[in-house]
Amino acid sequence: MATESEVSDRPPREPRPQMPTDDLREGLPVPAAALPAAAAPPAAGGRWRRRRERFSSLIIVVPVALIALFPFYWMVATALTPRAAAIRVPPSLFPTDATLDNLRSLFETAPIMLWAFNSLLIAAAIMVGHVVFDSMAGYAFARKRFAGKALIFTLIVSSLMIPVHVTLVPRFILITELGLNNNLLGVIAPSIADVFGIFLMRQFMQSLPRELEEAARVDGANEWQVFRHIVMPLSRPAVATVGIFSFVGAWNAFLWPLIVLSDRSLLTLPVGVALLQQEFSTNIGLQMAGALVGAVPMIVLFLLFQRHFLEGVRVGALKG
Amino acid sequence: MTAIATSQPARTPGRLRRFWRHNGAGYLFVAPSLAFFIIFIFIPLGWSFLLSFQDFGFRESVFIGLDNYVALLRDPIFHQAALNTVIYSIFTVAVWVLVAMILATLIHPLPPRLRTFFRAAYYLPAVTSAVFIALVWKWVLNANPWGLANYLLSLFGAGPVGFISDPSPFLGANVALWSVILSSVLTIPAVGVVLYSAALAAIPRELYEAAESEGAGALAKFRYITVPLLKPVTLYVAVIYTIAAFEVFERVYVMTGGGPGYATHTIVYLIWRTGFRFSEYGLASAQAFLLFAVIATISVIQFRALRSDVEY
Repeated sequence: MATESEVSDRPPREPRPQMPTDDLREGLPVPAAALPAAAAPPAAGGRWRRRRERFSSLIIVVPVALIALFPFYWMVATALTPRAAAIRVPPSLFPTDATLDNLRSLFETAPIMLWAFNSLLIAAAIMVGHVVFDSMAGYAFARKRFAGKALIFTLIVSSLMIPVHVTLVPRFILITELGLNNNLLGVIAPSIADVFGIFLMRQFMQSLPRELEEAARVDGANEWQVFRHIVMPLSRPAVATVGIFSFVGAWNAFLWPLIVLSDRSLLTLPVGVALLQQEFSTNIGLQMAGALVGAVPMIVLFLLFQRHFLEGVRVGALKG
Repeated sequence: MTAIATSQPARTPGRLRRFWRHNGAGYLFVAPSLAFFIIFIFIPLGWSFLLSFQDFGFRESVFIGLDNYVALLRDPIFHQAALNTVIYSIFTVAVWVLVAMILATLIHPLPPRLRTFFRAAYYLPAVTSAVFIALVWKWVLNANPWGLANYLLSLFGAGPVGFISDPSPFLGANVALWSVILSSVLTIPAVGVVLYSAALAAIPRELYEAAESEGAGALAKFRYITVPLLKPVTLYVAVIYTIAAFEVFERVYVMTGGGPGYATHTIVYLIWRTGFRFSEYGLASAQAFLLFAVIATISVIQFRALRSDVEY
């Protein structure tokens, strides 16, 4: 990592990717030990070529990252722009007279904290459901022998092939019959377990050594105690991944909450903000402020638990 | 839960008791999830199938055979929604798969820390609800001269274009639909990048070194080593993105509301409207099953087309 930082210290010999690479490199910590190497002359032309090849991809990769992040920038910029300035021509790429007015009026016009609370409640409940039920099923599939195990596993995995929309109408009838229409429980119940978590827990638990479980059984622990006190603590990384994925997925869910919830005070953030867009269709600052409030918690969560996210995507893919 | 193996009545016949001793714990651990899948997925699946042959009424429902399906196949709105969904899916999936593969290949040779940085940057939109991203795109693409996209066009003396409000025909679809597609393809296929990255790490470096010693350039290496060896991942990524694209909803709901007219109706948007705006449960179920059939067919085709026995 460090050796790359030397490039900018030398007179350029060959054309190489310019601005983007330098910008990025500045942000990287450079171990002091690497600095003397920077003074040394280049060993061979081959090394240079390889380095150029290695970094030439930044010409494409950096602009693409900017495109990926642009919607967030524009969301923040517009949310901070006064209403009158947002519809000025030419539009300014930077908020000129930044203001918190949009955020303030958002909190005044919409029960945004209530929506955030609803989102939090739903996401937390679904997360707990996934962690408990997916782990239990994953444990059974990883460790237990029972008649029909392969069949049940195939059945559960095959539900991945069923698009959620095929089951929307009957699920809604079911929820209504249960009296859970327009109720947070009606959003939570149909998402309380999922295939991804079961699959991931099974994969992880299969890789655990069996000795501890057997030792616990010898000491007289029953099946539940073995699961709860031996297997679950050992599975903490997988549990974290399942938990975070479930939480984010539930927080961002839109279609089902849109169908089930109708009271303004019961909405989740995505549904509420989409509603704001219909109510205040010309107040773009307010809409962007709403989007910001909805997006920021998940972005923070992602930055905190990045490793679990990327790991989860990778493991989820193993089933192929 | 703590009572797992103890709840057996004493008079259970010996064989059954033995069966339970060997299998019971497994069943109890699986039971909650299995019950969930049966109640919320498999029963609704069958129920939905039955509903699709009914004229649903809250008082009573009448079996009407294939009438819902026949009506749909004759319905111009359904045709438009189906066609829109297919066009949307073909373009977004093709671009997403290609972009994911290229980006993963490009960030692969970078130092680990940079690689992680880019993967994270690309992944950020994926942890944000599509509603919020779509709201921004709606704002960027608005028809007014202060809309960012129209401002950029005006710099070249073009526009203003009613990106999401113009239903006039354009390149085999219409302007509004292409704008929705544009906003989708500009969203980085984060999951694909992560999956391809993981797969790239598993390709032995010797293959590339051998190719280099034969004088292969970057493009040749990509074309003859990377692409073929990534084929299994490409299959998987194509399938998950096809399913995702066919189920597009938030983007349409927020950006265009299916309009103008029916210009950007997609199948799922139509299902939502039919089922939950007009409470036509039977018709909505039939729409859902047609969607299901299409997705299943395409998945099978993709599996056939991309199936290969890659070994290295």
